[in-house]
Amino acid sequence: MVRVVRPRGGDKLPLSKPLVGVAGKTGLWRHVKPVVTLEKCIKCYQCEIFCPAISIIVEPDTGPQINYDYCKGCGICADVCPSGAISMVPEVST
Amino acid sequence: MGVKLALTGNHAIAYAVKLAKPEVIAAYPITPQTPIVEKLAEMIESGELKARMIRVESEHSALAACFGAAVAGARTFTATSSQGLLYMHEFVHWVSRARAPLVMAIVSRTINTPWNIWPDHSDFVDQRDAGWVMSYAMDPQEAFDLTLQAFKISEDPDVYLPVMVGIEGFIVGHTAMPVEIPDEKLVEEWLGERKQPYVIDGSEILGLGGLTMPEDTEDMFYVIQKAQENAKRVIKEVDEEYGKIFGRRYGGLIACHYCNDAKYVAIAMGAWSGDLIEAVEKLREDGYSVGVIRIRYYRPFPAEDVWNVVRGVKGVIVFDRAISFGAWGPIYTDLVAGLSFYTNKLPYMVNVVAGIAGVNVTVGDFYNIVKSYVDGIEEGRITRNVFEWRRIRR
Amino acid sequence: MSAELSRARPPLPYEARGGVLPGDAACPGCPIPIALKTLSAVFKDKAILVIPACCTSVTTGIYPGQAYRFSVVHVPFASAAAVASGIAQALRARGISDIHVIAWAGDGGTADIGMAAVSGAAERNEDIIYIMYDNEAYMNTGIQRSSSTPKGAWTTTTPTGKVESKKDVARIMISHGVPYVATASIGYPHDLYSKLQRAKELRGFRFIHIHAPCPPGWRFEPQFTVRIAKLAVETGLFILYEYIGGKLIISGPSRPYRDPSKRKPIEEYLKMQGRFRNITPELIEEIKRYVDENWKWIEKMASG
Repeated sequence: MVRVVRPRGGDKLPLSKPLVGVAGKTGLWRHVKPVVTLEKCIKCYQCEIFCPAISIIVEPDTGPQINYDYCKGCGICADVCPSGAISMVPEVST
Repeated sequence: MGVKLALTGNHAIAYAVKLAKPEVIAAYPITPQTPIVEKLAEMIESGELKARMIRVESEHSALAACFGAAVAGARTFTATSSQGLLYMHEFVHWVSRARAPLVMAIVSRTINTPWNIWPDHSDFVDQRDAGWVMSYAMDPQEAFDLTLQAFKISEDPDVYLPVMVGIEGFIVGHTAMPVEIPDEKLVEEWLGERKQPYVIDGSEILGLGGLTMPEDTEDMFYVIQKAQENAKRVIKEVDEEYGKIFGRRYGGLIACHYCNDAKYVAIAMGAWSGDLIEAVEKLREDGYSVGVIRIRYYRPFPAEDVWNVVRGVKGVIVFDRAISFGAWGPIYTDLVAGLSFYTNKLPYMVNVVAGIAGVNVTVGDFYNIVKSYVDGIEEGRITRNVFEWRRIRR
Repeated sequence: MSAELSRARPPLPYEARGGVLPGDAACPGCPIPIALKTLSAVFKDKAILVIPACCTSVTTGIYPGQAYRFSVVHVPFASAAAVASGIAQALRARGISDIHVIAWAGDGGTADIGMAAVSGAAERNEDIIYIMYDNEAYMNTGIQRSSSTPKGAWTTTTPTGKVESKKDVARIMISHGVPYVATASIGYPHDLYSKLQRAKELRGFRFIHIHAPCPPGWRFEPQFTVRIAKLAVETGLFILYEYIGGKLIISGPSRPYRDPSKRKPIEEYLKMQGRFRNITPELIEEIKRYVDENWKWIEKMASG
């Protein structure tokens, strides 16, 4: 048997919990960004499966939705897309 | 109440572990600790102890596996000595800084090069900075009691630190004495179920030990120092309670003999304290005003407890069975530092390092050493603190 | 037929959603989150990952947050297999049977400093899944060579190219006679998914070696991570297989390349990576022989 009893002094313990954006807004790392041409998209999901930044979600009706807050601009999505529906364009500050 | 068995220090520890009912044991054999592991394996095979034993391939993996078991919610135990303890040293720190309750027995053996299997305290004291509660026994009965109490202290929510219990290899480890084993049910009631500050078992998503910035890390270490402070109180409470229930009370962090009116106090830790006490008894017969403080808990260091005994004495002689090369005996060093917070005027402080690498120190040797220092101070020949590494030869 | 026709949702990407969170500290184009996403699709939060010092120790992020929605125990470099053994035994002792203990280590923590613990856990047939994600060097500390670095590769400690061959850890695990050994690649996530699924259903010591190309370490642009992973398989250099119940089965994606004439030229793989920039023609021939030797061994095992 084991019982979890937090330290009575309210001690700080080395425990972390799941959190979005642990390294901050990683979208700021980009110098190129992916842009989707929806008409070319065949909904194969390759971009979502391979995105290491968890920044593309593909929905059957709306196609690939890019989370620009966290997209690091690696370009894998554009490279794996079989129909050329994603291109990497320079990141321009507005 | 219980049974009395003739047990070696090693086996006494194994019996204490059996009563504490750990669920996972991971240990690697090393002389002079092997009888502990072998006895526990026997007990598991016979069904006396319902634990899972992981026959790990090294000491580093032994403490690693125990750490894993501990954070996953199991009461766990390991034992080692000397080179094995040094091999797992990285984990000694990892475990205390993770606040994982866990108990380990150290069957002391000196540190090599060269090969040497005989006892001194160097392997034990080498761990003093890591944050474990550290206790040292004088005989198999105390080894039993300290080990059993270690589980209770380690799992106290005001402490939540791993505990290591030391005994000298061969002298206590392999020497048999009558040991009283308390009743299993009483122990179960007193020890209760395991408590720990968090558990990683899938019941909640938690990450243990991830990358942490300096300020947060320092906060985590700071509370370990607080936990050591709390441990002083918890150790005394456990000693008291154990005395009430099981009939044996030792006095807390230190044990004192003949100190009430002593003009000089000798301090030691471990089995040779027995010889020191005998020598002091002879000295007292010969008219010398001497007492003995035996260090039972080395961490948290009992500076205040010692101060309360030595505040009025003229001289303190600290025997160390280990040396910090380039400096002095570890107990002496910690003591002088600790006492400095209670006074600016210390008594004469003498450090005698002896018994290193298993060299035998007898009652006669203690008698002569203590007598020579008391005489020296009384006769004005010694006018300042002294450090001596006394190599005893026949 | 109604437009509301319900589709069977493929496990990837649907089951992978939510397991790994965006905004982690990995380099752009890092293969680690691709593999971890696939893992989370199989195990969800019913896993405890034991992670020794490696890139993932850092990509996880900074206290008090972590980028993964499963439990993690961070451990010293050499000890993943040992800590995982302890956790697995404790869960068993406590009667918890639905949580999987997964050691997730790099090639350094497995093939080098962790080798003793891995071998020990394998020999004891501990009930853990051990995954070595292989970026072929000590990447976390700045691209120093490991025993898993291939011959000829530049690293900071092998500036003129590694002299020794790549240590084949999967083969070592097969020699331990464990219930399950598999090789996989982030270039083939469905294959990886099915291998993780199979490992999930088995018991005892299961070992998976995942090939994971690293953009800064192998010196290529981050967009090519997946392409290079695929090329490793398409050239026959990295062979995907499973060893289960004493039999070796070549995996689907590698089957075409049993035929040497179908393999893409090794030069195509090498020239995409800056770490092979100074490779000599003699070394390329040696690599081709190495590929042939590997296939010979695989074929012998597969037929046996």
